[in-house]
Amino acid sequence: MPGSVNGDDHSGRGAHASRADVDPHGIQALCACHENRPDALLEILHAVQQRVGYVPPEALATIAAALNLSRAEVHGVVSYYHDFHTAPQGRHVVKLCRAEACQAVGAQALYDHICASEGIGTGGTTTDGALTVEAAYCLGNCALGPAALVDGRLVARLTRERIDAIAAGARADAPQAAE
Amino acid sequence: MSDPVIVTVPKDAAARSVGADEVASAIAAQAQARAIDIVVKRTGTRGLLFLEPLVEVETEAGRVAYGPVSAEDVPTLFGSGFPNATGHPLHLGPVEEIPYFARQERVTFGRCGVIDPTSVADYRAHGGFRGLQAALARPAADVIEDVVASGLRGRGGAGFPTGIKWHTVAGIEATQKYVCCNADEGDSGTFADRILMEGDPFLLIEGMTIAGLAVGADTGFVYIRSEYPDAVAAMRTAIKACEADGTLGDDILGSGRRFRLAVRVGAGSYVCGEESAMLDSLEGKRGIVRAKPPIPAIAGLFGQPTVVNNVLSFAAVPSILADGPDRYEAFGTGRSRGTMPFQLAGNIARGGLVELPFGITLKELVEDFGGGTLSGRPVRAVQVGGPLGAYVPAWRMDLPMDYEAFAEAGFMLGHGGLVVFDESVDMAEQARFAFEFCAIESCGKCTPCRIGAVRGRETVEKILAGEDVAANVAIVEDLCTLMTDASMCAMGGLTPMPVMSALTHFPEDFDRAAAAQAAAE
Ligand SMILES: Cc1cc2nc3c(=O)[nH]c(=O)nc-3n(C[C@H](O)[C@H](O)[C@H](O)COP(=O)(O)O)c2cc1C
Ligand code: SF4
Ligand code: FES
Repeated sequence: MPGSVNGDDHSGRGAHASRADVDPHGIQALCACHENRPDALLEILHAVQQRVGYVPPEALATIAAALNLSRAEVHGVVSYYHDFHTAPQGRHVVKLCRAEACQAVGAQALYDHICASEGIGTGGTTTDGALTVEAAYCLGNCALGPAALVDGRLVARLTRERIDAIAAGARADAPQAAE
Repeated sequence: MSDPVIVTVPKDAAARSVGADEVASAIAAQAQARAIDIVVKRTGTRGLLFLEPLVEVETEAGRVAYGPVSAEDVPTLFGSGFPNATGHPLHLGPVEEIPYFARQERVTFGRCGVIDPTSVADYRAHGGFRGLQAALARPAADVIEDVVASGLRGRGGAGFPTGIKWHTVAGIEATQKYVCCNADEGDSGTFADRILMEGDPFLLIEGMTIAGLAVGADTGFVYIRSEYPDAVAAMRTAIKACEADGTLGDDILGSGRRFRLAVRVGAGSYVCGEESAMLDSLEGKRGIVRAKPPIPAIAGLFGQPTVVNNVLSFAAVPSILADGPDRYEAFGTGRSRGTMPFQLAGNIARGGLVELPFGITLKELVEDFGGGTLSGRPVRAVQVGGPLGAYVPAWRMDLPMDYEAFAEAGFMLGHGGLVVFDESVDMAEQARFAFEFCAIESCGKCTPCRIGAVRGRETVEKILAGEDVAANVAIVEDLCTLMTDASMCAMGGLTPMPVMSALTHFPEDFDRAAAAQAAAE
């Protein structure tokens, strides 16, 4: 049914097991959790991204088939929204607010500083894969800016020193596999 | 044995961003170590964000506040006798006597920071569901009549009368209708929707349920931006609690009437706050603005008649039903009735949420409540109404906060956000950013916006570089006229507002060579 209110729980665990060889991330099961409804596409993409870290290109065909959409339609949605990424991000992600209320307390200088000191552009990732810096446009913390989401955690009153410390922390946090 | 002392610590995202979780843990740990019987209760925020984390102690004389408290302060608080540390420098006295709070008129935000946002019982104990009960007891047409009579206008920006919109949806025969809440709150400088959803989510549920009953819709969606994970979680928890309680579902409060509600999460697109783009996004599509007509009230979600309102519009409704439209209507000025939660943001000493009747001046908000700039330097401009709102120059701060007064001055009230800038702001750079933001967020459906924004940004960049300033200013002006007249929605249609207000009121920032010469002479 269009507009069904079901499907808030998209853990994807449950009866609909996917075959691990053709669908390693269990995307068919995720779609099935949403009754394969095309209007649940955003929810499904959020869930895929939460599980995999990004939306893998091969997921598009799986989702399109499950929801009875064309691959182009799914691609169109993935590419339209700033939230969805088709490639892995850094191990740590800083979403720094660049909107007006944060600009009023120096966000642009902070943004330029972190991009320059980490040698990356907007939405870029450091070469060691430690850190991605993205621009955000308001995080709802406009009375306590400059604000950022650091690995999903909202932070306030950022300074150069604090953002440098966040970047250093990201670098120091080496992936397990590299050790 | 006496009852434990109840200590409240907000778990609002803004409060957490300045350490509220750590403070809550530290209080629990100190209490345990000192064998003091304390229960830490997590609430939303009172909206006094400059005082966060604001800790409150329930006493016989009301709640006593301490703030802003850091985790490091907690042992010293206990050292001074917390939960009764009246001698401590962070002791603020009864929270309701703090001038910033005492001078407000809390109609919509009365329960924020007071109740546990996961507890239906707490909501009910603080007057919750009285509006819903009143609505269940009366014919739908009377409910709509009350909303019309209250004078409530949409709080999402456009200010359209809420009751009239409901009347349209109610008047259409359809097997399925929807109620959709616009919780995309993308405007910089705004956070009232977020604070409400995190602090008093039941109020939104109650307002949407009343809307469903009034227009004959049994299904609702709350579309929340993905930048608000705490609000998403709070709304989902509250919806589950209401289902368990029987205030949502197939038999609302035993009335035999039905309303179901679900949360949907956006994906980082500002234009999805435009109502028709939001509906496309709710349908799982790219959030592209639809051509109007038809309006959503006639053909909205899945082509069905749909009420779309902002969080604050829905949240104003329960008190209108519970206490009568006259009480609500008595607040305000001219055609701006009721209260508005203004949000003080940017370079401001005391940022936060200030709910007041329309009609207070911008200056009173910025100076008396906000305490001027955080930097201590003079205010130069206040951007009111989000990224599509005007930069109001400091000398116009005597304007009353009222839809008509603002429109007459060429400004816009929008969702009530005030972003304060001090004298260090470069207004040509702000104009450049307005175009850049429009270019990033444009849905791309119409040319004036899609191409105009990019051309506008490039042209302001030339002005910033001192190239052919007079000619390029003329191009910007032309472009703004075109975008205003020919854009399909307010994204392209109002981007000229910040640009032109900057250009009109701060011309010296655009003609830098002339300004430099004048300064040298
Ligand atoms: C670009 C753009 C962004 C908007 N963003 C929001 C928003 O975040 N929240 C909102 O309630 N309304 C937003 N609106 C206004 C909505 O289109 C619509 O007027 C509103 O949701 C209607 O609800 P109301 O009558 O209760 O205000 C936006 C409009 C435009 C053009
Ligand atoms: S004005 Fe911009 S956002 Fe609005 S419909 Fe046109 S292209 Fe889309
Ligand atoms: S403008 Fe940065 S959090 Fe709102």
